[in-house]
Amino acid sequence: MTEVKNTEAIIEIGNLRKSFGNLEVLKDVSLKLFNGENLVVLGKSGSGKSVLIKCIVRLLSPNEGTIKVLGKDVKKLDRNDLAEIRQKIGFLFQSGALYDSMDVKQNLEFPLIRIRKKLTQKQRNEKIEEVLENVGLLDAINKMPSELSGGMRKRISLARTLIIDPMIMLYDEPTTGLDPVTSDEISLLINDVKKKYKTSSLIITHDIECARATADRLIMLHDGAVYKEGKIDEFEKSTDTLIKSFFK
Amino acid sequence: MRRIKPVIKVIPVIRSATINLSEKTIDKTIKASSFLEEVANFILFILRTFKETFSRKFEFREFFRQCFQIGYKSLPLISITGAIMGLVLTIQSRPILVTFGAVTLLPSMVAISLIREIGPVITALICAGKIGSGIGAELGSMKVTEQIDAMEVSSTNPMRFLVVTRVLATTLMLPLLVLYADAWGILGSWIAINIKGDVSFVLFSSQAFGYLKFIDFLPAVVKTFFFGAVIGLVGSYKGYTAGRGTESVGIAANSAVVLASLLVIIVDMIAVQITDMLI
Repeated sequence: MTEVKNTEAIIEIGNLRKSFGNLEVLKDVSLKLFNGENLVVLGKSGSGKSVLIKCIVRLLSPNEGTIKVLGKDVKKLDRNDLAEIRQKIGFLFQSGALYDSMDVKQNLEFPLIRIRKKLTQKQRNEKIEEVLENVGLLDAINKMPSELSGGMRKRISLARTLIIDPMIMLYDEPTTGLDPVTSDEISLLINDVKKKYKTSSLIITHDIECARATADRLIMLHDGAVYKEGKIDEFEKSTDTLIKSFFK
Repeated sequence: MRRIKPVIKVIPVIRSATINLSEKTIDKTIKASSFLEEVANFILFILRTFKETFSRKFEFREFFRQCFQIGYKSLPLISITGAIMGLVLTIQSRPILVTFGAVTLLPSMVAISLIREIGPVITALICAGKIGSGIGAELGSMKVTEQIDAMEVSSTNPMRFLVVTRVLATTLMLPLLVLYADAWGILGSWIAINIKGDVSFVLFSSQAFGYLKFIDFLPAVVKTFFFGAVIGLVGSYKGYTAGRGTESVGIAANSAVVLASLLVIIVDMIAVQITDMLI
């Protein structure tokens, strides 16, 4: 396990640019995620939030700029080193991304078999039950993804990312498409995960309630660039029209 | 003035024709370059699949699951199609052979036609529809719902897990499905003959296989491996490279069927030419 001090940046992004054809989605984005904090990246749809988070795990390659995760430049890693870094990151996808052809247990077993290869079947089962209990869905172990509600899918998906004991959690719109009650439950779960698993989290959202409930620090993206960075109070008190439109 | 006037009238026509021509040329150039880009991407996809096939970490469990899905679950459809193929071929051929007084050759003619050409091609086309579209839609929907991305970030190579297993399963299952269809076709032929006559299965079999040589059988089986590979590769490619919207899933499934069917016919034509040169 990599040892990281509290003041050290776990993720460091510098002057990141990403475009698709002529469309420039990210224009010179720089940010740092410090150890043990929840950093919320706020912004309207299409502001480049999801592109940013996908560049961190190199699902997308940036055109310019640097992305350092645990001190390593993600852009320069070979396939094996990239796999090693990815094993320390849990990624909660916007859609949940549960494998439709597998039941909940198989979904959770999938990363475990590939990443924690030395575990016995008994240890695997124990681990699966532990994470399912942590997200409050132990009784869904034999269900197929199609039998789960939107909120349950998100929870199971969260359990699948937690099963590998990640150091960093990346949440891509964790509350999108959920009702307010389930959204609040997911926000609480994000805070629980931070406490129990001692993770540092980057939360991409446009849901202001989720940002309020989870953020230690906030960054607002607008038109692919950092618009404002600070604590939640600073955003709440801001007189800026764009920020006020989010926090009204 | 009389001479100049028509020329002035013609100038805008020529100009608009020139503009139309250049727009059409640009459109055609774009279409041609995107077609070539698609061909290049498909070739790269084949090479990558080939490379991943021989990597050390082979996904045996997923491969056997795909063999079950592609092979076993296609059996009912292939049985019905095979039997009908034999039945129809026999009923259609019988009057001509009766005219020439060669009705005793009917079983062997049907067997040779089925094994050499009709069985492999019809079965491959049906599999292009069932299996090709299934793979295209499944991988396309996995792409749209970010399941392929999720696989990638959990340190699993999606090419190896999703594509290699499916391509190998179709490559190995298609020859078996074709042989199975041939068997049903011959049974269908025997049933058709017994509608208007009374021939025992032993006599029918001896007549059917009497003229059949190993050389009829071998090229037909060999080409079905290629048919299987084509169906698996095209289905996987179309699904794996699908766009992001839900509409892309339908497009991937549809184009997988169309392209796989076309390529099966082309591969068959090449195989027949090669067989003809060698034998």
